[in-house]
Amino acid sequence: MTISLDPRIPDGPLADKWDNHLFDMKLVNPSNRRKFKVIVVGTGLAGGACAATMGALGYDVQVFTFHDSPRRAHSIAAQGGINAAKNYQADGDSIYRLFYDTIKGGDFRSREANTYRLAQVSLNIIDQCVAQGVPFAREYGGLLSNRSFGGAQVSRTFYARGQTGQQLLLGAYQALAQQIEAGSCTLHNKMEMLDLVVDAEGNAAGIIARDLVSGELSRHSAHAVVLATGGYSNSYFLSTNAMNSNATAAWRAHKKGAAFANPCYTQIHPTCIPPADEFQSKLTLMSESLRNDGRIWVPASVDDVDTPPAQIPEDRRDYYLERKYPAFGNLVPRDIASRNAKTMVDAGKGVGPLHNGVYLDFASAIERLGKDLIEERYGNLFEMYERITGENPYETPMRIYPATHYTMGGLWVDYNLQTTVPGLFALGECNFSDHGANRLGASALMQGLSDGYFVGPPTVANYLSGKLGTEPVPTDDPIFETAEAELRGRIDQLMAIKGTKSVDHYHRELGRLVWDYIGMSRNEAGLEKALAEIPALREEFWRDVKILGTPEGVNQSLEKALRVADFMELAELQAKDALDRVESCGGHFREESQTPEGEALRDDENYQYVAAWEYGGPNIAQDTVLHKESLVFEDVTPSQRSYK
Amino acid sequence: MTEMLNLTLKVWRQEGPDSPGAFETYTTTVADDASFLEMLDYVNEDLIDNDREPIVFDHDCREGICGTCGVMIDGQAHGPQKATATCQLHMRQFNDGDEIVIEPFRAAAFPVVKDLMVNRASFDRIIEAGGYIDVTTGGTPDANLIPIPKDAAEAAMDAAACIGCGACVAACPNSAANLFTSAKMQHLNLLPQGQAERWDRSVAMVEKMDEFFGSCRNYGECGEACPKEISIDFIAMMNRDYVKAQWTNRRRLGERKVG
Repeated sequence: MTISLDPRIPDGPLADKWDNHLFDMKLVNPSNRRKFKVIVVGTGLAGGACAATMGALGYDVQVFTFHDSPRRAHSIAAQGGINAAKNYQADGDSIYRLFYDTIKGGDFRSREANTYRLAQVSLNIIDQCVAQGVPFAREYGGLLSNRSFGGAQVSRTFYARGQTGQQLLLGAYQALAQQIEAGSCTLHNKMEMLDLVVDAEGNAAGIIARDLVSGELSRHSAHAVVLATGGYSNSYFLSTNAMNSNATAAWRAHKKGAAFANPCYTQIHPTCIPPADEFQSKLTLMSESLRNDGRIWVPASVDDVDTPPAQIPEDRRDYYLERKYPAFGNLVPRDIASRNAKTMVDAGKGVGPLHNGVYLDFASAIERLGKDLIEERYGNLFEMYERITGENPYETPMRIYPATHYTMGGLWVDYNLQTTVPGLFALGECNFSDHGANRLGASALMQGLSDGYFVGPPTVANYLSGKLGTEPVPTDDPIFETAEAELRGRIDQLMAIKGTKSVDHYHRELGRLVWDYIGMSRNEAGLEKALAEIPALREEFWRDVKILGTPEGVNQSLEKALRVADFMELAELQAKDALDRVESCGGHFREESQTPEGEALRDDENYQYVAAWEYGGPNIAQDTVLHKESLVFEDVTPSQRSYK
Repeated sequence: MTEMLNLTLKVWRQEGPDSPGAFETYTTTVADDASFLEMLDYVNEDLIDNDREPIVFDHDCREGICGTCGVMIDGQAHGPQKATATCQLHMRQFNDGDEIVIEPFRAAAFPVVKDLMVNRASFDRIIEAGGYIDVTTGGTPDANLIPIPKDAAEAAMDAAACIGCGACVAACPNSAANLFTSAKMQHLNLLPQGQAERWDRSVAMVEKMDEFFGSCRNYGECGEACPKEISIDFIAMMNRDYVKAQWTNRRRLGERKVG
């Protein structure tokens, strides 16, 4: 099988592409819509918004979530905000500026046309959310409030206290709930997609799902399948993702023919609470907005790492971001802030009991603005920090350290968000398209809702219009039987191992390898090591994992085992992709490619492309085939990023 | 500095919704900077090592926002710390030698799925009945068209902070869901955008709630247990809107007949 990487970018000037495309795409007559069945997997911002929108348009939408309620999808945990080029503050923002910032922030490794569309659609998102009743922060005059976020030099971020993700998701969930009540969307909750079914022509035909309460497997067919299943940060074991976030749906789609793009582009968020012990189950993010008022520092001398911070005078502190990047200071983009924290900790200047953090200090902000204002801005975050660490950040600096947070890589999609499998679409974090090699703060929510409300529905409809008069493949067709039998075999095989170590043990071991070798900085020797050790660990997992109970009924160990088995394969592809890309860009830092000052050095001549990997067999490093989509820049000129 | 705590846990184990359940006792030693759920993870690892099935419990974000987790800890929904979901509770709230009783949220509307996991789908049914503003995608006016007084926006936000965990129901002697329902309703009823459907929404949500849950007697236990400190004032607002809706809807019905 050979795959096509035609990005299908519409003709015309950048600013007109989306409008032209909306006109060129085919529509489906309202009376015909209910004849089309669409499966949407995932109910986060992208999936919830897409399902609600397509349901309201009249399609027969089947929605799947492994949560008990659609409202619990991990989009809910986003804190900081959502960007939009509204220019309500009249501080020089525009669609073009948001586009430019996003493509530059992504280190010129994303598609111009997709990124521009994202900036364009951002305006509609805010209107939509406000109409739904999302309680964004407001000024006393009653108009919407904005803040500058994540290093942006304009105030374009809309926010709802520290829970923007929850409020946006509730908007999408409520819209979905209305469609469920109306009968246009059918909710399958506690149902996890475990395989994609592809017909003889290579088109998406449906999915196989497992009921997490009864353990039953079931077959579902449709005219089109939309994945909105999030990212793969949990291949690192410790990340800020929710415990159940996983890559199984996307990885299974990859194994059925969907190319996986740029798996090495992962984002390490600079402001998380450092791990306290080895039993730590996940890391907690402290919103990036804290960097607006907090100052990051470490002791200038390693002799001071155990000195209480209050006893370290100013001249023995190193405010290293302010020193190295005077223009942006503490507000440099995430990848740069993270890498610098690692440099400091690696140099032995880490603070805290395990010497694994840097200080984020609010003392000067409290002195300048008063404790009340700081409390108003960050009160809930300070409380959360105190609950977790037992330390009071009003009195002593926070300790922070980077943690895996978001994955820019994902299923390859064209301009229509269609994967290399016709009829299979990927929305939100599970695709690769808009953020290049590094995502800017407050842009994930924007992309999820852009894909879900505004881009997915018309492009999926365009695909469906060509299917008029056809029925979905019946679920008793051999392709469904085979897919279900294969899945049953995989489950039985896992249950039959009856080994000696728990699933968590193997997940933690995998995470250690991925963090050590495919973490904040990567080099050839380490990646070769990862490519040797990951398959060995995977082999051991399949020989020795211990899952108690039965596949019937609730079995959380089995759920995890199926996910970890897929992470074990995906992690190998992450290493392979990272090894292949001998340049530094955004979140991907290859030690072999840096400037004399230690900054990331891109190699546009050789690597200005999307690496789209085609599954070739179980021996991932050898069998997976690389396809390249060249990135063409017509409107912007790639430059070396500088935040000095 | 980290301290180690020796604990005795009495944990509710129940195979399925219709099976009888019982407490089982486990002992463990855990660092006081672990979270409560990490303590349960640790106990589970130990159980697996000893060929015993791990305790089933619901959890996901572990940041106190998704509302998935929630157990009764020594008879209190989400445990002893105010304004804290189970996942954000840390073991430094406990003492060396403590015995901790861990049960599922108990309410007729929340049947036990297994062990500590319960089914809270009834909450979704309440939202589906009317907990939304009817806007289809696109065609919405500019977001700054309607100025919303900051006080109204803040009050709506206070209500919207509800994470749907169900602690209010678990804490209520009557298993009433008035705090949840009122928070979800008032989030929308307090905003200008929510006015068009205000009276229909108020009736629909209350009536759906009454299909599943007990009646509110103003005990106030819900507000005490709420990890987001949602105020029981919202219940009063819901009651007001429900009563007013009865008259308003009746009058509107008459107007329609006349018209």
